[in-house]
Amino acid sequence: MNSREKILAAVKKNKPSLTPFPEVKFDIEKKQINELQSDFISVLQSIQTTVKKVNSWQEIEAAILLLRQKGYYLFNAIDEIENDRSLLTNQTKVDLESLDFAFIKGAVGVSENGAIWIEDKNFVHRLLPFICKHLCLVIEADEIVSNMHEAYQCIECNETGFGVFISGPSKTADIEQSLVIGAHGALDLTVYIIENPAEKSP
Amino acid sequence: MKNKTIEHAIEAKAFGLQESRVDWHDETLWFIRNKRDKAALSVPEWELLRTYASAIKDHTLSNLNEYLMNFERQAQKNNVQVHWAYDAEEHNEIVFNILRKENITGIVKSKSMLTEECHLNQFLEQKGIQVTDTDLGERIVQLRKEAPSHIVLPAIHLKKSDVSHTFHEFLGTEKDNNDPQYLTSAARSHLRQMFLASEAALTGVNFAIAETGAIVVCTNEGNADMGVHAARVHIASMGLEKIIPTTADLGVFLRLLTRSATGQPITTYSSHYYKARPGATMHIVIVDNGRSRQLGNESFRNSLKCIRCGACLNTCPVFRRSGGHSYHYAIGGPIGSILAPNNDKSKNYDLPFASTLCGSCTNVCPVKIDLHDQLWKWRQVLMKEGYGPDSKRIMMKIMAFILAKPSLYKVAGSTARFVLQYFPFLVRIKAFNPWIINRELPAAPSISFTTWYKKNRK
Repeated sequence: MNSREKILAAVKKNKPSLTPFPEVKFDIEKKQINELQSDFISVLQSIQTTVKKVNSWQEIEAAILLLRQKGYYLFNAIDEIENDRSLLTNQTKVDLESLDFAFIKGAVGVSENGAIWIEDKNFVHRLLPFICKHLCLVIEADEIVSNMHEAYQCIECNETGFGVFISGPSKTADIEQSLVIGAHGALDLTVYIIENPAEKSP
Repeated sequence: MKNKTIEHAIEAKAFGLQESRVDWHDETLWFIRNKRDKAALSVPEWELLRTYASAIKDHTLSNLNEYLMNFERQAQKNNVQVHWAYDAEEHNEIVFNILRKENITGIVKSKSMLTEECHLNQFLEQKGIQVTDTDLGERIVQLRKEAPSHIVLPAIHLKKSDVSHTFHEFLGTEKDNNDPQYLTSAARSHLRQMFLASEAALTGVNFAIAETGAIVVCTNEGNADMGVHAARVHIASMGLEKIIPTTADLGVFLRLLTRSATGQPITTYSSHYYKARPGATMHIVIVDNGRSRQLGNESFRNSLKCIRCGACLNTCPVFRRSGGHSYHYAIGGPIGSILAPNNDKSKNYDLPFASTLCGSCTNVCPVKIDLHDQLWKWRQVLMKEGYGPDSKRIMMKIMAFILAKPSLYKVAGSTARFVLQYFPFLVRIKAFNPWIINRELPAAPSISFTTWYKKNRK
């Protein structure tokens, strides 16, 4: 018997008798969209994240243009606007090491904890959200949900090879419990909320 | 039966000698426990979440072989290679063989208590593999050649000045610069080079989803992702109890995990790994190492529901004042004291006694493990099997003998009162009476309760 068979046989023999899977149901009042957004923003601010409300995708494009003009090394992976997606595929980890800014569109925002779901189709190169110094996530106001249960209903989890909830910049308190922002991932996070997603750019 | 284990009480005493450090350790962990309370109270459905989490884990354990096979099938569909390790040695061999086949001589690791349990680092280093722990706290203790002292806060036993000395020695930081921002930044630069150079990354697993074959890893620092996405080989080591049935269950567990651990609403990164990127490979090692045996033990199988949040450590009055290293096992505190004897009774017989049985651990556990009951049950098993200290066994026998005979009990009681009243120095000899170490004896009552009761009964 190999280890796989040995383990599975032992588990089968030793497991307790079958208990039912619980029906996970919550009787929680639905929050209004305004409240979802204001809770989302206050959680993000409490975890050292800059939140910027904008009206349209054009404002994101303008922000990116301004950063490029200032000479920052930037990759924009957002499909909705003019982007660098085709360039991104061939970047090596060493190329990306000095990256200043990354712009990525978030699929779902979670009001209760400030988490934003992104998956590799949103950012092309898996290192992008982690290796950049300054991460910028863009989310449309109507894509903010109340909690993690709702978030998982919106995510197509099987389609992608990798996905991540990001909530705030990387951080650590491993040195005498002093909070330090900027550990191994991005040193800071800016979340752009697009207020009028209906007026999408063509 | 007994071997050279330095017992918890002895290690705890050594930790206790540095009073200001003990106070800091105690207060800091209690502060984190308070943050946990605040976070829990901010979620109105908190208790319901605990109930669901507990029931999902119960259900999963009751059908675990099926879920494990399902998980394997789905992971293989994602082109993930699944390995099975019956014990720690086999786990270590599997990891080493993957690296050898790929001609890789160094590996970056994110936090994994399982690899601590298996002593993977020492094994790989003996085989000539360079191992770099990348969680800041773990890197600090690795450089100091220590073990993590807490499952969530590996360097909680150290002060800034300790870290500064270590970094000055190994990373060349300024002498006596104790600024955490400066020290963290130095570690970031140092480990960036490791990430960029490394070809293989090892991660732990917080949750493994049977439905999809995916694994979820939670970090605040982003070190798991920097490691995995910069490497061409990803090895994920998981205990077989990490399985949950569906993706939707993550909603329950991720809401509980970090609120219980540190009082944060969620970790910075909750990473879901399904498939390796093109050109890279992903391996999952499923480890038993005594877990299937624990599953068969009705008294202790509940411990397999643990999601390693550390809440029971932070709240434990013994852990807070004795430090993680006093537990001489990969996992300390109440949960470690339940897991350790299953792993090796002869080495860990003392740990279930490192508790006041106050029950605080049980109250904060997000998956409702009956921690203090299990500690109490372990004590009975260990005493019965002869692992307890002789002094305790003899005292228990004398006590049982006296308590079973009312007349003898009366004599013993009046003798004790007499001695306490007229010869108190006798009971203050610490060699005979360890109870008075660090304790003041109360004044002895002049009459017994029975006499008092007879007099005052209406």
